[in-house]
This record gives sequence, C-alpha cells and structure tokens, in this order.
Amino acid sequence: MKLNKASLFALISVLELARDPERQLSTSDIADKYGISSHHLAKVMRNLVHQGVVQAMRGVGGGYRFAGNVNRTTLLDIIQLFETLESELDLPHWNKAAEPVVSELHSVTSEIDTVTRAILDTVTLATVLKNTRATGEGAAEASPPGRISKAAAG
Amino acid sequence: MSKITIRDAIPSDLEAIIALDRTPNEDKTGYWQGIFQHYVVAGRPDRVFLVAQEGKSLLGFIIGEVRAWEFGSPPCGWVFALRVSHTTREGGIGTRMFTEICERLKKAGVDTVRTMVDIDNKLTLSFFRGMGLRTGRYVELEKRID
Repeated sequence: MKLNKASLFALISVLELARDPERQLSTSDIADKYGISSHHLAKVMRNLVHQGVVQAMRGVGGGYRFAGNVNRTTLLDIIQLFETLESELDLPHWNKAAEPVVSELHSVTSEIDTVTRAILDTVTLATVLKNTRATGEGAAEASPPGRISKAAAG
Repeated sequence: MSKITIRDAIPSDLEAIIALDRTPNEDKTGYWQGIFQHYVVAGRPDRVFLVAQEGKSLLGFIIGEVRAWEFGSPPCGWVFALRVSHTTREGGIGTRMFTEICERLKKAGVDTVRTMVDIDNKLTLSFFRGMGLRTGRYVELEKRID
C-alpha cells in the first residue's frame, strides 16, 4: 500500500507530538526535523486541529500539542482523516463478459483491504512509540535531520 | 490495588476460571474441565496455565503450550487463551501474564510465540500488538462448507 502525503505527514506529526503530550511544537519544528514541506504540513495540521487530534496553542512560543489518548488512537484513526484505504479497480467500462473476473478481483482486493484495515486499526500510537524507542530512537536523534525518501513523500 | 501475583493454575481454580470466562447462552464447563486435565493436572513444563490473583480473587488467566510441526512449523509457543476481568483492565495484568508465559515457553525450548485472534477483536489484537507480536509467516484460510 502507499499512503498519500497528507496521511504520512499527519502520522509523523501526531507521533512526534504524542511522544511528549506536554510539549508544544510548531509546524516548522516538525517540518525541519523530518525534512518535509512546511507549507503542506500546515494544511495537515489544520485538519488535525479541526478533528480534535491536536490542539493549537496561541501566543508567543505557541504551537501544537497532542490532544488524544495514545493508548486509544490507532494508525487508522489518523489515516482515515485524509484518505480511504479501499482498493479500486480502474475498469469503468467493462462489458458483461468481464463481470465474473471483475467480481473475483473485487473479492481478492476486499480480502487485502480487510487485513490492511485490521492491522492499521489495532496498532496504537502507544505501540508505535514503544517500538520506536526499542529500535533506538536515541541514536536517530543524535544524527543530523534526514529527509524522508522522495518516493515515500509522494 | 493490592499485590497481584501471577502463578500456575491449580485444580481448585476451575470454578473461578469458568466464572471469568462465562458468557451468556454458553456453557463451557466441559471444555474447561478438559483444559484443566490437559494443562493443570498433567503438570508438564511445555503446557502453561497461569492465573493472576489478588487476595482471594482471580483476575485473569493465560494459557499456552509448545507445539511442534503443526502446519509444518518447528516447535514454537502458542498462546490460545487470555482473559482479564473487565473491572481490572488496563492495570498491566495482561502484560504481566504474557511476559511470564513467554518466559516459561522460552525455558521449555522455543524462541517464537504465536497466537490467533478474531479480526474483529480489536481489544485483544491491540494488546498483542503492544506486546510486540506482528503478522507472522502463516496465513489462516477458511471456507464455509455448505
């Protein structure tokens, strides 16, 4: 599967903020750390504020704070704010003879979608953060900020 | 919360386990009697039945065992039952029981633990994800036989 850029930026931002719910970070803080577009991230953050996932703090030193529950919020909760995960078969004009094949392909892609959703809907932010720490977040922080790959950024 | 201990199940735990697992319209008494014979009375190190106890109350249980060559798999640990009392969830009891059963299974000679969970059971799936389990090498397949 390939997440769209908005979903990916949202996941990065929410996880970064959820690491320390007391901390406030600006769009620039997050964009600079991950080497992503600050302009695009600002749009994503507005959506996250609107959905109540993060809270915008006004004034000097303002920024964003995580407003959810890391044990209750799943990856799917964030992703589905920006996209649906249903597979699409791009065959708008098939004739009747194609229907059995298309139907079977729909069945297979539906299986894939069901498993994908089950995984994303049961991986909580807490689990991701725990695994992130376990795989050496400290080492990553000591390194210069890197850019996420162009392919991943869409 | 007073001190919770994780210990091996004993035959006198049977009624409490049945009560913990009770669901409307299902009588699992016979099932649990068989499970106790196999996992408690037999007293084998490769079959593990643990309970969480606080005072005189049982708050949860977890059951697993070492299985070999099912589905072509070399020996591995299988956890096939886990329950924590509704009133004490999110208190770390499940984590303690799972950690302990992994230790027991490791001592019994395996380095992998597996389980299977209904795809709609988000609570249990999230728990096992949190314990570090991921989609494994085997895919469950099924078909209705009409």
